[in-house]
Amino acid sequence: MLLVHCPYCDETLPELEFTYGGEAHIARPENPADKTDDEWRDFLFIRTNVKGPHFERWRHAHGCGRFFNAVRDTVSDRFLTTYKADAPRPDLAVLLADASMKEPSK
Amino acid sequence: MTHFSALSLLKNALTGQKNWQAQWPDSQPKSEYDVVIVGAGGHGLGAAHYLAKEHGITNVAVIDKGWLGGGNTGRNTTIIRSNYLYDESAKLYDHAVDLWEGLSQDLNYNVMFSRRGVLMLAHNVHDVQSFQRHIHSNRLNGVDNRWLTPQEAKEFCPPLNISPNARYPVMGGALQMRAGTARHDAVAWGYARSASQRGVDIIQNCPVTAIRRGPDGSVEGVETAKGFIRAKKVAVSAAGHTSVVMDSAGVRMPLESYPLQALVSEPIKPIFPCVVMSNTVHAYISQSDKGELVIGSGTDQYTSYSQRGGLPLIEHTVAAICEIFPIFNRMRMLRKWGGIVDVTPDRSPILGTTPVPGLYVNCGWGTGGFKATPGAAHTLAWTIAKGTPHDINAPFTLDRFRTGRLIDEAAAAAVAH
Amino acid sequence: MTTFRVPGRGRVLHNRPVSFTFDGMTYQGLEGDTVASALIANGVQLMGRSFKYHRPRGPMAAGSEEPNALIGTRRGKGRFEPNTRATVQEIWNGLETNSQNKYPSLKFDVGAINDRAYMLFSAGFYYKTFMWPRSFWDKYYEPFIRAAAGLGVSPSEPDPDNYASRYLHTDVLIIGAGPAGLASARAAATAGLRVTLVDENSEPGGTLLSEPQASLDGTPAWDWLSAELDALTDLDVRIMTRTTAIGYYHQNMIALCQKLTDHQEKPAEGAPRERMWRVRAKQVILAQGALEKPLVFDGNDRPGVMLAGSAQTYLNRYGVRVGNKAVIVTSHDSAWYAAFDLASAGTQIEAIVDTRPTPNADLIKEAAARGITVLPGHTATGTSGRLRIKSVRVNKVENGKVLNARNISCDSLLICGGWTPTLHLFSHTKGSLKWDDESQTFLPDRITEECQIAGAGRGLWGIASALNDGAVMGAAAAKALGKSATTQTVTVANDRPGTGESHTELPTDLDPGKARAFVDYQNDVTAKDLRLAVREGMRSIEHVKRYTTNGMATDQGKMSNINGLNIAADALGKKQPEVGLTTFRPPYTPTSFGAFAGYHKGEHFEVTRKTPIDSWAEENGAVFEPVSLWRRAWYFPKDGEDMDAAVRRECRETRKSLGMFDASTLGKIEVVGPDAVEFMNRMYTNPWTKLAPGRTRYGLLLGDDGFIRDDGVIGRLSDDRFHITTTTGGAARVLNMMEDYLQTEWPDLKVWLTSTTEQWSTIALNGPNARNLIEPFVEGLDISDAAFPHMSIAECTFAGFPARLFRVSFTGELGFEINVPARHGRALWEKLFDAGQKYDICPYGTETMHVLRAEKGFIIVGQDTDGTVTPYDAGAGWAIGKNKPDFVGMRALNRPDLTAEGRKQLVGLLTEDGTSKLEEGAQIVLDPNQPIPMKMVGHVTSSYHSDAAGRPIALALVEGGHGKTGDTVYIPMPDRTIKATITGTTFYDPEGARLKL
Repeated sequence: MLLVHCPYCDETLPELEFTYGGEAHIARPENPADKTDDEWRDFLFIRTNVKGPHFERWRHAHGCGRFFNAVRDTVSDRFLTTYKADAPRPDLAVLLADASMKEPSK
Repeated sequence: MTHFSALSLLKNALTGQKNWQAQWPDSQPKSEYDVVIVGAGGHGLGAAHYLAKEHGITNVAVIDKGWLGGGNTGRNTTIIRSNYLYDESAKLYDHAVDLWEGLSQDLNYNVMFSRRGVLMLAHNVHDVQSFQRHIHSNRLNGVDNRWLTPQEAKEFCPPLNISPNARYPVMGGALQMRAGTARHDAVAWGYARSASQRGVDIIQNCPVTAIRRGPDGSVEGVETAKGFIRAKKVAVSAAGHTSVVMDSAGVRMPLESYPLQALVSEPIKPIFPCVVMSNTVHAYISQSDKGELVIGSGTDQYTSYSQRGGLPLIEHTVAAICEIFPIFNRMRMLRKWGGIVDVTPDRSPILGTTPVPGLYVNCGWGTGGFKATPGAAHTLAWTIAKGTPHDINAPFTLDRFRTGRLIDEAAAAAVAH
Repeated sequence: MTTFRVPGRGRVLHNRPVSFTFDGMTYQGLEGDTVASALIANGVQLMGRSFKYHRPRGPMAAGSEEPNALIGTRRGKGRFEPNTRATVQEIWNGLETNSQNKYPSLKFDVGAINDRAYMLFSAGFYYKTFMWPRSFWDKYYEPFIRAAAGLGVSPSEPDPDNYASRYLHTDVLIIGAGPAGLASARAAATAGLRVTLVDENSEPGGTLLSEPQASLDGTPAWDWLSAELDALTDLDVRIMTRTTAIGYYHQNMIALCQKLTDHQEKPAEGAPRERMWRVRAKQVILAQGALEKPLVFDGNDRPGVMLAGSAQTYLNRYGVRVGNKAVIVTSHDSAWYAAFDLASAGTQIEAIVDTRPTPNADLIKEAAARGITVLPGHTATGTSGRLRIKSVRVNKVENGKVLNARNISCDSLLICGGWTPTLHLFSHTKGSLKWDDESQTFLPDRITEECQIAGAGRGLWGIASALNDGAVMGAAAAKALGKSATTQTVTVANDRPGTGESHTELPTDLDPGKARAFVDYQNDVTAKDLRLAVREGMRSIEHVKRYTTNGMATDQGKMSNINGLNIAADALGKKQPEVGLTTFRPPYTPTSFGAFAGYHKGEHFEVTRKTPIDSWAEENGAVFEPVSLWRRAWYFPKDGEDMDAAVRRECRETRKSLGMFDASTLGKIEVVGPDAVEFMNRMYTNPWTKLAPGRTRYGLLLGDDGFIRDDGVIGRLSDDRFHITTTTGGAARVLNMMEDYLQTEWPDLKVWLTSTTEQWSTIALNGPNARNLIEPFVEGLDISDAAFPHMSIAECTFAGFPARLFRVSFTGELGFEINVPARHGRALWEKLFDAGQKYDICPYGTETMHVLRAEKGFIIVGQDTDGTVTPYDAGAGWAIGKNKPDFVGMRALNRPDLTAEGRKQLVGLLTEDGTSKLEEGAQIVLDPNQPIPMKMVGHVTSSYHSDAAGRPIALALVEGGHGKTGDTVYIPMPDRTIKATITGTTFYDPEGARLKL
């Protein structure tokens, strides 16, 4: 069971309090009616499904109820960071450098 | 290569088993093939077998980043059934069952397909309605499936608890007698042996890093850890890793990879005669020929390639098994493991051609890929050979996510009211 | 009887006899014995039969790694479990045990015929045969294979025991309470950390329990241990015994299974049998020690063959000599000490056979002093004895050549092929291992979790190095948590560190093709099987493992993995790491299902949600149905009525006069804020701007894929406040979806969403007398048709309770839904029921609700729609706000397939004979005479006997159905084909006159 840091509550809590919300930073297009079928498919269904650092959404469903974003390595399941929904997409290079500092003692 | 039979077994027994040959050689890649298949699971190896056997295309390489059969082929709970609701699915999975029935003979490799029957339990009125819909649809599609009352279900599977006071009482079940299980590793090995016997190269421990396309957009070959391999036709059959490989060809996929866990108990004498599935409580169980209870769980909620999986899900699955089969409460879990399943938005596979000329795909099987192995491989081989969709795989296009023509078995069964 | 018990020796209580049974015979052991130690004390070595060949077997080990001595254990009715390791199960007065996998008896087992035909049953033999004739597979071959399955028999009765589960948070969790673990605990605890120390054994101490000869800082080992445990207790270290760390999960969560009663003669009434602990530790120290490795040679499996270290444990911990005449075959120093200890206890040591040409000179000197024959540079090439070993065949090896054999008679053969660090839990973390050429083992390499490995787990042998490394790792854990620990160095006298060499199969002068040299004892995998697998093209250890089943027995490869790897690597001519190591998987040892399920059993398997009115329904004889997590009153049968009769009566009485229905399970969401109406416009298909406060509207919710997700009546209470109702099962999903759009797509909207499902009790009243009944209860509100027309909402006082009153109908009758604070639900229900007696008020359940709504053609999302249905398909195009710029799902409705011809559309169906009720789920065809597979054009979604229509009615989804009204379709059933006509979906009061009362 993962531990997830809720950036709103500023607490690290068990995964059971949270629901996963899929890939992050996929904004619903402003004017859906103007979008092509291809574009609408991309919005609905196309996902990076990355093997490595993944930008994703979580909701603190059994806590504050807020959606927030996270970067989690899908190979190790380790969270690199979590951040509020309105915060900008963090720089992956910085996160990775930071994470390698924090790795468990060799 | 030695033909497998009781006689060859006996002969070898008398000579100390010294004369068996390698079932497949560990090949090094050539510079060019007619067809390259990425992913040496049951699906990929199966496609190679049918390409060679039915289409005479033998200049084929199956390439895997690890050992053959090391992915979901060898990590699933081996349930085989075809009592699907929609015509498209029923045709595909029933085609697979047809092939399962003759697969041991076709491959000269005993895959131990066991028609012991799959019983799907209904626990509420909605389940009953849904299963009845399946049964009626299956009957008119010529697919075996019938309704059992709780008492009939108990007779068929004696460990079942049919007390009306259970938290999720058994209100009946849908039984497909023609369904069952098979020995998963044997499927990969049998296909590998048969394909390599026919000239297919199986290249293990060779990650494919990219698909190369030519100036006209069509496929030219694959970049691998062992160099570039030229091929005008490339089929990607890489389960959870398909997204990454397809992305290199510029095709973005509607896939997400989730952890799926399964477990076995310590082995016991035969007690469980069939396969039982309960979608409502997420528990899937059968007994292996070794005597272990083989139990499948649901997927974790988050995408992952870690093959780890969480404890709460396993606890729930085991609780569900004990709820439906209370005599197993004192049984012990021997081991549990995780796989990575690739899931499409409608939980049906993507199988066949892609927008890229020469590029074919077979993915998105979610938790149900094993049962389809021969059917998917057989029709994909047809599609690769002919360059056009097969009647059976034609509906499972990538384009359905644009048009909205989804094949949503799960939606058809779920959505409680 | 107890010829093998050594008086005064061991940690068992010699003055506390315990009697138990094995295969019906009563045996005496001592308190502190395991079944295995007690049986060995009684001279019994034969305890089981192997899986494939049914070979007679005795215990190989003294702990949880035991592959052979598996027994059934029973404590009265319902308390039986198969495959219990006799080496772990403690005895108590009255324990019943039995051997397994034998018929008719353990000593004479007809299944052993397989052993004669072993050449046939080579690895993977079943893949190569049983294929012809094909028809024999189902009838003969497969039943034959299946009948051979398994070891013990399944329990056959429900388990009367309880299982507990707990969470634990600790600074440092130490797994393994041997010297390394104890020292880690001391170091971490002195740093002021909360420390938890767990061990799978019945008492802490690990190696110290088997090595009483050692002296630590001048104190005998057991005295030191006792003092150290007191010291740890004083430091508030939580010490848990009989507690196995079964799995190491993400972010330092470790699952522990603690056995609470299996060792007790009289467990307290209702006491849990086991407890699962989910521990979250800031630091973990893995101090699990090492496991002894067998040597692989022909006949290394007969009863009486045992690991030398285990024999030492039986002697020193349990006071039991494993035999009278023992031979030691070893490639490691450690086995020599077992020989010396046994010799001191009176066992005749016939020889110490060491594979090394020049073993440690000190050991040779001591052996000589004891008069023990030493055979250095020798190999073992065979054994004899059926139910117990009688002799071992040994040969001198010179320059790689195996010389003449000699037989040494014995009743015990103690073997040792070196030691393997126990890294199972480390492997669960996906930490990587590195092959160490010198020790010929894998050692921990890259660590992925916050953990340390101490002692033998990282290849350090001997008590002193374990203790001192434990202290260092305890201090390291403390340092990682910002604390500093003092580490003390312990001086150990009579320590037994040692070295050894590693082997594949021992060299032999006989045909290795005929050798029965076991690697996986339980699964009967021999060295020859492993080599065969390699010969057949299995090149990775995963393939070899799966092909041979090596390492897949209930010991999970503890005894076999490393030997299997060494042999496979040798066969491939590669180094071990190139062949790979199979992944160790949880649980560390087999763990009861009951412990995983914990409290989630019976009615606690999952919560059952009940409305405040549920208890009334139960008292009044309702039959319930489960709907998502809820249980809902399905129908209220009166004396002798079946479901059909009850539902007919409930329908009739409701339409005739008045029915009441508990609608409290409906999801309810309060939408509040200045932008509430804008939010509603974006979420639902309907237009909301012009809906006046005090009015309600049927709302339809789609996903952004255009398919129906949910529906419900929504009331506008004021400009900025809506009261949404959802389907029962959809409540949480809908709220989550709304929060998702609100928080992440439209954070600019000033709207707040609150789930109020459980805040309100909702009672629906339907029927011509509905208003007559409630009028006297309503305060401050005119509910006349003129003032409070259909689809109205208002807040009022109802029977003295604050209430929200809807005028709404899901039945086609005059209807009201009264929402009161949940705590008043039952009181209100009873008031209405009492007052309703004069109108013959009829409580009805979900089935009647379904019938009444179907008569009106109202859909149930999830029954008449299935996740592939658009509003147009469902005939609810009218609910779409045509002038809205956008709403969730709008764009998708224009996708090619959603606008295509021939979509399945919701219609009514009337059977032509007027009496046949269609089956829900039945499929519809246009041509009943076509061959199978038939072209199906749709299916029946809802079907009921309608009292109001005087005939059966049905709803169906049919291809192009909206254009087929009046057409005849066919429903082929197994026994006949039913003819039906496509109609509209309203079967009763199409003008809606009954709503206008």
